[in-house]
Amino acid sequence: MCTDCGCSITEHQKTHQHLQDNPQLNDKKTIDVITKILDKNDHEAGHNREHFNAHNVMCINLMSSPGSGKTALLEGLADLADFNFGVIEGDLETNRDADRLKAKDIQAHQIQTGSACHLDAFMVHKALHHMDLDAMDVCFVENVGNLVCPASYDVGSHLNIVLVSIPEGEDKIAKYPVMFRQADLILFTKTDLLPYFEYDMEAEKAMARKLKPNVDILEVSTKDEASMKKVANWIKFKMEMR
Amino acid sequence: MHEYSIVQSLLDSCEEYAQANDAINVTKVVVKIGVMSGVEPDLLQTAFNTFKEHTMCEEAEFVINIQPILIKCNACEQESTLSKNEYGCPICQGVDVDILDGEEMYLMQLELE
Repeated sequence: MCTDCGCSITEHQKTHQHLQDNPQLNDKKTIDVITKILDKNDHEAGHNREHFNAHNVMCINLMSSPGSGKTALLEGLADLADFNFGVIEGDLETNRDADRLKAKDIQAHQIQTGSACHLDAFMVHKALHHMDLDAMDVCFVENVGNLVCPASYDVGSHLNIVLVSIPEGEDKIAKYPVMFRQADLILFTKTDLLPYFEYDMEAEKAMARKLKPNVDILEVSTKDEASMKKVANWIKFKMEMR
Repeated sequence: MHEYSIVQSLLDSCEEYAQANDAINVTKVVVKIGVMSGVEPDLLQTAFNTFKEHTMCEEAEFVINIQPILIKCNACEQESTLSKNEYGCPICQGVDVDILDGEEMYLMQLELE
């Protein structure tokens, strides 16, 4: 029997059911969802990480302002690192960074984001189709030069390195806390320029440790091979810990 | 200005939930934005107003709840809200703390019709 009107026509009940499902007859309803807004990106990032894991590759997301020395760091590592690495490059325009790395015999793929200010997990996933992960131990993602937006997007990396160069001036860490909070390693770059700038290195390091008490910090200049070697050693150490 | 791409993800989620609930309109969207999530609430509001046109959220009220950093200290086991970007326990000064909230952005609630 129909529970709505008491009639005994079975087909009729289906009609009632249909009426109940009709959204135009329903009142407003409130639903609790509690989902991360970047849920889909995070899911894709997890997928990328599994892909890296399956190939035994450690992925490092390199982030900084434009011109802090991300590409120069990678060029320098090519000369002294005792691990193989490839690079996914993100820039708004041009293939210049990837070309610089290929000139050093590093496997590199350029993503041109157009006007997008950051790389997301979907862009990195696409780029992975162009990378031979079996030929590398470490895959760097050189993010778009920007101290704001890339901090909100997990690209599937295992570690984040954030660079800040001496000529950018003091207070960058205090001014861009979300970015530096994401760092596993902060690199102060172009330290050979310290004599020419007012730069209180200890105050900057203290600020970094207020923001992230356990963060690792290294000072580096591409002209000082020993400082570059320390970066390579840090990465090697992290590889062995995985 | 990644607020625009964040709003795009948000609108996609809203539409999926609305369709799954057989709704025809979303009348209210409530989000929680952590102060350390990297999102500027004013820009998010502007982006939402710009991109909601011709979506199910066109008429929706947009409510942004700001979430400060909430930590739990592993030494004294007290929970605290941080007023500065200094990740330590304001009670015992310990730095071994778990972040409970304030670094993420969530879609919390939808009102559908």
